[in-house]
Amino acid sequence: MENGDLAWVLASAALVMFMTPGLAFFYGGMDRSRNVLNMLMMNFWCLLVMPLLWVIIGFTLAQSGDGGINNWIGNLDAVFLNDIGIADDNGGAIATIAFLGMFATITPALISGAVADRMKFSAWAIFAPVWMLLVFVPVFRWVYAGWLGDRGSIDFAGGTAIHVNAGIAALAAVMVLGKRKGWPQEGHPPHSMPLVMIGTGILWFGWFGFNAGSALGANGQAAQAFMNTFLAAAAAGLSWCIVEKIRDGHFTNLGAASGIVAGLVAITPAAGYVSGMGPIAIGLIAGVICCFAVGLKSKLGYDDALDVVGVHFVGGLVGSVLIGFFASPDFFGGDFGEGLFYGGNAELLFEQILANVVAIIYSFVVTFGIMYLLKVTIGVRVDEETETTGLDLAEHSENAYHESAA
Amino acid sequence: MKLITAVIKPFKLEDVKVALKEADVVGLTLTEVKGAGRQGGHTETYRGTEYQVEFVPKLKVEIVVGDDVTDRVVDAVAAAAGTGKIGDGKIWVTGVDDLVRIRTGERGVDAV
Repeated sequence: MENGDLAWVLASAALVMFMTPGLAFFYGGMDRSRNVLNMLMMNFWCLLVMPLLWVIIGFTLAQSGDGGINNWIGNLDAVFLNDIGIADDNGGAIATIAFLGMFATITPALISGAVADRMKFSAWAIFAPVWMLLVFVPVFRWVYAGWLGDRGSIDFAGGTAIHVNAGIAALAAVMVLGKRKGWPQEGHPPHSMPLVMIGTGILWFGWFGFNAGSALGANGQAAQAFMNTFLAAAAAGLSWCIVEKIRDGHFTNLGAASGIVAGLVAITPAAGYVSGMGPIAIGLIAGVICCFAVGLKSKLGYDDALDVVGVHFVGGLVGSVLIGFFASPDFFGGDFGEGLFYGGNAELLFEQILANVVAIIYSFVVTFGIMYLLKVTIGVRVDEETETTGLDLAEHSENAYHESAA
Repeated sequence: MKLITAVIKPFKLEDVKVALKEADVVGLTLTEVKGAGRQGGHTETYRGTEYQVEFVPKLKVEIVVGDDVTDRVVDAVAAAAGTGKIGDGKIWVTGVDDLVRIRTGERGVDAV
């Protein structure tokens, strides 16, 4: 790897690392004050276990080997980073593994928002790493180094592999876990909107590494991915806000934050494949669709506490499918399929849909299985009293806000 | 002696404080409280879902005064705290059997 590329990948890796704390604040602010530390710890737990799991076994299963059975799951050649040196490639492999490790860290963390307020921490502590190995790693393999990618579907920075994957897993998880006590009759307002807004800022900042870094080089594609990340987030934040203003009467902070994140999610799969006004269109569409999608949970009766399904699953799906319309290979001089709006046929659109359907089915079924096994063994829910008095004290013996600290 | 308890709109505290000073009342106890009355609550909207806030924030001001000045102080507080709009709050007066100034041991109205 050239020096310039290496520098950008390393910087991007650090940016993506910062997204997990950002996500923790984004979710934590939306949570109740008695459960905010539990939310932060569910996210920080991922920062403790995923890096180790990734270099020990995750990376080799996700990336090592080629063809045959390795179209489905990697070999064990790089277990414990075996034989990965810095002499031959200027440290490029090590930098890339670290960069991808940040993705392995934040992807399970995304699910925490759905199970907020009621999941036993011991169950989460097992669920998150098991999910990373059994769901994130195989889907990542199929999309980036396996059969789904080989067929022609594209996913620049993880729309299918990360957001659709974690989003549908969130739905499966809450179906096993059950509703929060008092939902939906009792309101669950965010306890700290400022925390949500700073979390959103950190996420947007980090997402430049997530998307532009996924070019794995300091090049034109990275520059365009950076621009797309900038534009789609703004467009989606704006369109979400406008829908709320028309429908509910106000421009809200939570609407702006949710729209920004929905736009970032939607542009993630498309970041290195769309150009011109494409990112603005994708952002505007994602903001409107996701704004309505978060209302589905109360109609359908699944308690996805902080809207992981409505924002990450729906946003990721929207972005991934819109690639079929907006992909512009000529702009990038790339050899990926052409979108319908740029003269392509429906082949790319079909492959995008197929890849997502496969990811959705696999992730839903396996996640449901993991949660179900945890439920019948150690149990996944805190007791009713803990749910009422708060998870911070019962699960962590800590309190976020002391009324009288003096 | 009487205990005057006033539940007021938080933004009126400064006016009430000034009015009490002008009425030569030097001591008060202040508590942040929440309550419901004819004003009702308000509605907040998060991601399109309405959340009803039934109890609105108020301040509770407690003052102990001698019998002779009670009416004057009550009137002063009422004038200072009023906006004429719903939700201005209430003032009630209760009897106080005894009062002690801890520092000096003075009792009764001398301790006011």
